[in-house]
Amino acid sequence: MRSAVERQSMPRESMLREPTPEDNHSVVIENLVKQFGDFVAVDHINLKIRKGEVFGFLGPNGAGKSTTIRMLCGLLTPTSGRARVAGYDVGREPESVRQNIGYMSQKFSLYNDLKVIENIRLFAGLYSVPSSQLKERIEWALEMANLKGQENLITGTLPGGWKQRLALGCAVLHKPPVIFLDEPTSGVDPISRRQFWDLIHHMADEGVTVFVTTHYMEEAEYCNRLALIFRGEIVALGTPSELKQKSMKGELLLVECEPLGQAVEVLQSAPDVIDAAVFGNALHLVVRDATAAVPQVQKYLSDHSITVGRIEKIRPSLEDVFVSLTTARDSGKERTA
Amino acid sequence: MTDQPQSAIVAEGLTKSFPNVRAVDHLSFDVRAGEIFGLVGPDGAGKTTTLRMLAGIMPPDQGTARIAGCDVVHDPEGSKHHLSYMPQRFGLYEDLSVDENIRFYADLFGVKKAERGERSTQLLQAAGMGEFRKRLAGKLSGGMKQKLGLVCALIHRPKVILLDEPTTGVDPVSRRDFWRILYELAAEGVAILTSTAYLDEAERCHRVALLHQGKLLFCDTPANLKAKLGKGVLSITSSEPRRLRDQLEHAVGISGLVLTGEGLHIVVDDAARRIPEFEARLNNAQVPFNAIQQVTPTIEDLFVDAVGSGASVHAS
Repeated sequence: MRSAVERQSMPRESMLREPTPEDNHSVVIENLVKQFGDFVAVDHINLKIRKGEVFGFLGPNGAGKSTTIRMLCGLLTPTSGRARVAGYDVGREPESVRQNIGYMSQKFSLYNDLKVIENIRLFAGLYSVPSSQLKERIEWALEMANLKGQENLITGTLPGGWKQRLALGCAVLHKPPVIFLDEPTSGVDPISRRQFWDLIHHMADEGVTVFVTTHYMEEAEYCNRLALIFRGEIVALGTPSELKQKSMKGELLLVECEPLGQAVEVLQSAPDVIDAAVFGNALHLVVRDATAAVPQVQKYLSDHSITVGRIEKIRPSLEDVFVSLTTARDSGKERTA
Repeated sequence: MTDQPQSAIVAEGLTKSFPNVRAVDHLSFDVRAGEIFGLVGPDGAGKTTTLRMLAGIMPPDQGTARIAGCDVVHDPEGSKHHLSYMPQRFGLYEDLSVDENIRFYADLFGVKKAERGERSTQLLQAAGMGEFRKRLAGKLSGGMKQKLGLVCALIHRPKVILLDEPTTGVDPVSRRDFWRILYELAAEGVAILTSTAYLDEAERCHRVALLHQGKLLFCDTPANLKAKLGKGVLSITSSEPRRLRDQLEHAVGISGLVLTGEGLHIVVDDAARRIPEFEARLNNAQVPFNAIQQVTPTIEDLFVDAVGSGASVHAS
């Protein structure tokens, strides 16, 4: 049911599903374009996000991420193409879109000088939660955020993880079928972060669609599927492991050697090395074929009087994938490491 | 140990309390010339307070700090001469161009006119910003602003640099550029102390101090830190991660379990023993899964393991 693509090795056939009809998708984007003057910020993007999916939208600053989100939230009219969110057209029915989404950004969601309960009431008002449901929804939010008994604390004094859950509670008071999270767990301690993502996955279990924007790979790992936008285009789409397996332009080697700085310089001009960068006490090399490259790199470094320690193939991180994909496309600029 | 001449930064028993909270609690570490040392921990761990004390802008309640041999409290001018401190919000003038900002800081730090040109060209080149010299700082992206901040902070060739979460809000590509500059500086012998709330960023440092609630949890190289966990870490992917979790969360031998987008990341007492047990359990329950793999622990695994799960982290 999740986004994970069916693999050959999967033991049960019943998990294989027919392509889902459009009504199972909460976000459908077709040829969406946004142009500012001559500048094409978003260039014919297409995406379908299933109901109950936790979807990650990644991209460097200025890649078109925010512009896309603004269109999806009904805050910016597309130049052409269309997008439907929770069944409403973002261009023609922006009001309905806004009533059916929740938006949470770690940094800007809450008023720090208000009490916990005041923040909740404020958001209930903003989202027009009917007064008949108000009491129940406030109770629900406090429960979910694990803040019962803490209603009168000043929000600004809460630990990061609590604030996060309060912000989430406020963003979903009106029970939106789709929620947008903007770097929701940036800077919180890992334990609170794990708890937060557990909450998100619970909501997804209940059918809420979660659209996450981030450039923290630690957050991306919590998503069922990811899209990478670069220069207004979607340049990769898949589960985190699919991206790690398929999207790298080459394979990754970890090389321990001394001195590192000199090794990087030398390897820039090595024939089979696509990219070389220092990483802590070692180097990360991107090469076409790891097995073939190991002896070559070893020899090349030795020939340049560099002492070589361990060399091994490592699994790329999402960050490696991200950098590889964006730099590969960045033909206009010198971007070799 | 603290008297080693090559220690560019020495912190001994640094302690700072604010009303209701001890922000930094008897913190000791040292950073050598040419070393990139990471102060790593979540928001509220005491990173910024530590950096402020080292930069000489906040006096410690207890303990001492020395920069290039100069005590930051008793010889503030001496220590500042060798030091550059880049706070989270570095003071760039948004209505000045990139070049003008650099010139301003060069004036401030008394960098000789003859040395400026070459130094700023070299730094801007390294930052990948050579073509943006005329752009207003206010028009730069977040990552570019951070890099410009770094260029300004480096214009007077300090021996020690203190960076407070320099890569927060910076995309991975700019983040790599940023780290490349740090590695080059380290190779020239500069001592670098950088803080980050991202535990994965710790992997890039030569040595790391893991902070939690003002206290030092661990201080070592990333590789040694990972070895310290002393437990196995398993990764299991599945088309149905939540069913996987439901099956395994109460299994014997698990001390940590994280539901990710595609499966589980599990800390276990004994990987070799648990893998077949988990496989049997999942097969019995007919939960689809791909092979269970043993993976390298992350620094986050160590942090969570040390701090323990649940309420202790939230006690405020």
